[in-house]
Amino acid sequence: MSGSDFVRTMPVGQGLVRVEPLYRLHIDLWLLLGLLGIVSFGLVMLYSASGQSETLLKAQLSRIGVGFVVMFVVAQLPPRLYLRWSPFLYGVVLLMLVAVLFVGLSAKGSQRWLGVEGFPRFQPSELMKVATPLMVAWYLHDRPLPPRFKHLAWALVMIVVPAALVAMQPDLGTAILVTTAGLAVIFLAGIYWSWLGYAALAVAFSLPALWSVMQGYQKERVLTLFDPERDPLGAGWNIIQSKTAIGSGGIYGKGLFEGTQSHLSFLPESHTDFIIAVIGEEIGFAGILVLLVLYLGVISRALFMANQIEDTFGRLVVGGLTLTFFVYLFVNIAMVIGILPVVGVPLPLISYGGTSVVTLLGSFGIIMSIYTHRRR
Amino acid sequence: MSEPMHLKDSESERRSFAGRSVAVLVLVLVCTSILVGRLIQLQIVSHQDYVTRSDENRIQVQALAPPRGLILDRRGVVLAENRAVFTLSLIKERIVDMPAMLDELKNLVGVSDEEIEQFHKRMSRRKRPYEAVALRLVLSEEQISILSVNRHRLSGVEVQAQLLRYYPHGELLSHVVGSVRRITEEDLGTLDVVNYSASQFVGKRGVEQFYETSLHGTVGYQNVEVDARGQIRKVLEINPPLTGESITLHLDVELQSAAVKALGDRRGAVVAIDPKTGGILAMVSTPGYDPNLFVTGMTAEKYRELTSSRDIPLFNRAVDGQYAPGSTFKPVVGLAGIGKEITTWEETIQDNGAFRIEGQPRVWRDWSWKKNNSGGQGQVDLHRAIYRSSNVYFYNLAHKLGIEALADMAKRFGIGQATAIDVLQRNIGLMPDPVWKYGAKGEIWYPGDTVNVGIGQGDVLVTPLQLASMAAVIANRGHWMRPRMLLSSAVDLVESDAGVPMQDITEVKPQDWENMIDAMEDVVHRGNKGFRQNGTAWAYIGRNIGYRMAGKSGTAQVVGILQGEEYDEELLTEYQRKHAWFMAFAPADNPRIALVVLVENGGGGSSVAAPVAREVIDAYLLPKIAGTGL
Repeated sequence: MSGSDFVRTMPVGQGLVRVEPLYRLHIDLWLLLGLLGIVSFGLVMLYSASGQSETLLKAQLSRIGVGFVVMFVVAQLPPRLYLRWSPFLYGVVLLMLVAVLFVGLSAKGSQRWLGVEGFPRFQPSELMKVATPLMVAWYLHDRPLPPRFKHLAWALVMIVVPAALVAMQPDLGTAILVTTAGLAVIFLAGIYWSWLGYAALAVAFSLPALWSVMQGYQKERVLTLFDPERDPLGAGWNIIQSKTAIGSGGIYGKGLFEGTQSHLSFLPESHTDFIIAVIGEEIGFAGILVLLVLYLGVISRALFMANQIEDTFGRLVVGGLTLTFFVYLFVNIAMVIGILPVVGVPLPLISYGGTSVVTLLGSFGIIMSIYTHRRR
Repeated sequence: MSEPMHLKDSESERRSFAGRSVAVLVLVLVCTSILVGRLIQLQIVSHQDYVTRSDENRIQVQALAPPRGLILDRRGVVLAENRAVFTLSLIKERIVDMPAMLDELKNLVGVSDEEIEQFHKRMSRRKRPYEAVALRLVLSEEQISILSVNRHRLSGVEVQAQLLRYYPHGELLSHVVGSVRRITEEDLGTLDVVNYSASQFVGKRGVEQFYETSLHGTVGYQNVEVDARGQIRKVLEINPPLTGESITLHLDVELQSAAVKALGDRRGAVVAIDPKTGGILAMVSTPGYDPNLFVTGMTAEKYRELTSSRDIPLFNRAVDGQYAPGSTFKPVVGLAGIGKEITTWEETIQDNGAFRIEGQPRVWRDWSWKKNNSGGQGQVDLHRAIYRSSNVYFYNLAHKLGIEALADMAKRFGIGQATAIDVLQRNIGLMPDPVWKYGAKGEIWYPGDTVNVGIGQGDVLVTPLQLASMAAVIANRGHWMRPRMLLSSAVDLVESDAGVPMQDITEVKPQDWENMIDAMEDVVHRGNKGFRQNGTAWAYIGRNIGYRMAGKSGTAQVVGILQGEEYDEELLTEYQRKHAWFMAFAPADNPRIALVVLVENGGGGSSVAAPVAREVIDAYLLPKIAGTGL
């Protein structure tokens, strides 16, 4: 038995049975591969959806680069840091959301961005998608689980306040995601099924009230969902065109770069929120299935990782972020194919846009950090 | 167990979390299945529907309007052509503030409220976003440059080129060439929907109307791929339109201008025909109008002015105006008498200025009759009856002929009939006879009616085109060459003959034709013979004439004159005065041009209409005589 054989079969490293180099870097290989797969898939489609714009591709590539750096850095930080700083992070982001309402920059009729001289501008609401589950997990982790009613009520306040601030921008899509992220943590904390039932009933009964406080354009979007033809040139245009794009793609699509709906500008927002329609049109049902498999792979791996974690905070954060990621992509695809009203939610890791990609990769960094720093 | 709730039971929490993870996984799979189910519905079940919708989105069948055929005169001068004009259109989606933009355009190119109203109407009918909607159909050069200078702040404003009909001679040919006009709802009922799918105009009036089918051409189409803004990205298939046939007319623009100039500002008509071919050399009706107004559009006020003027400028007097022929009808009566062998060239009568049917009290007067019973042309044969235009001679002859024989001969000359091959005749005059009178008035025919018809009065009506044709038939010594506009075209045209066939007038012998033409030459040339010996038109046109012209004047009453009253122009308003006629052809022995001149309410035929005829014939013949020694 040679020395080199020994080294190969019994790698050195604090007596661990199996240590991969990536693991020591606090990176999970399977999750990383899944994310790289989605991101590469996304870049190809973005290149097509943008009319083969290299400028746009490079911009997105650099944001993804930043995103992976953020993920790597975040993954190195020990989980106790997140536990300790969660309330602080939450508080700072909450203050920024308040600031956005007063000094934020607006675009397309809503005020979402904060700009500081010398830094790229960003949306604090995106950070809230991470800060909220961290906060709720922090709040619940050392309380008895399933949570008591009192604790639950406080947790809900922690969710509703930022969600309301985001909704006031107005940015309904992100508000929904912030809410979902918080609720996901509560669900994973083991809330009684019966309470969930009551909550569902309460929501059902409050729908009419919700309808009455909705803004005109929001009502329009809901009505349009049920009957896009009521205003085919206005509110219905997007949804008619996206359904047409996806439906005309068929099983294998019209071919990459060959989508007529997107390239002839019938499809609006084709490289941002509606990019799944380009995918459906150009590479068809098969292409979307491949993407869904990649997404489900990442989600399954993250759920598996969550179950390996010993401490409650870590489990709740990892599980919560994972579930949020799924809701993210579900809401996006569902709105584009016409089963949910149109709300501004991008397709995670694929739609063009900076803050979303960086935040998402950052949240996967947190997942990796918590997983790779666990006791064994 | 004393305070179990305060203790963290990490094992049960782990189990609870595992359970919830499974629930999450189930949720994820259920939700994903919903997405996949919907995708299957869209991409597999309804795939074909969406392919169709996608193709409908991007592929448009665009009809391509055929360029209209040109209309040329006999020398190739363009009478109607197609000109590129520039249209101002707006794309709503690219305009941030529409009212502000319209205000801006008001300032820059003076867009009117009426145009804006029309624009909003068109806007409400557009089919997709980004469709350009026309605001003004024709921009001037100056407006185009103003718009292009300001282009940077006029996002969403487009200037598009389009072919429009243009009539370079404007008013000169308004009636004869006619014009195209915008297709109306009414037209849609009669036009071929497919062939006119890209056309905005259809020929109305004149040659444009008669040769509409040939001039229009055949529509083409192209399948184009368009983007959501309606911009063409790719032409997938093209089936080009077939350009309309260009046609060359017998018209002579120079002669037409000479005729318009000769008529001046008087209301009237001139029709000139080449007797050898029947080709219409000039056809004028004044006043005219600018046919381009019907293409580019005019204000409601201008249109009202055109339609409500007492001078009816939109009415084509040359073809559709019906008037009593007056004395221009006398050669027909004379030839009827000769042809039916009722009289001879030698027979004479005594003209004392009045005619009476035996046993009846009514008296018919000569034009030269005065209240003191002077007047009349003395001893008159047919020759003298023509050059002196004796009424009494023709009262007598008509009475002897009878209405059937007279009407029969008049119809051989085309009176009361549409004889033109390619002119739409809405009115065809009237040759009255007993059958017509009983049908129209419920009265029987009186011998006195025939007497009136003998001098072209009574119920007989002719159009200038018919009298010109009659002049051409006399010029041709009875040989019919029916009037026609078309000289040539590259291919045979589909339009069919609009008139009735005519037979040569053979019952009048060649010598009789020559005699009649001699008499008509004397109308113009017989002069310096003393009182009541000269041709009626000699004093006005017979001097210093470089060729032999045969002519006949006519003066048609507009209002009836009471028995025993004199016609006194001073007592009548302008529109009650007599119409002046002159019918002529020249050179008399080898006619190159036959024409008729009508001056509405102009007065005497010889004094008013004959000089116009001389001027027009001079303009046509003198250059030819100088050139060929004719």
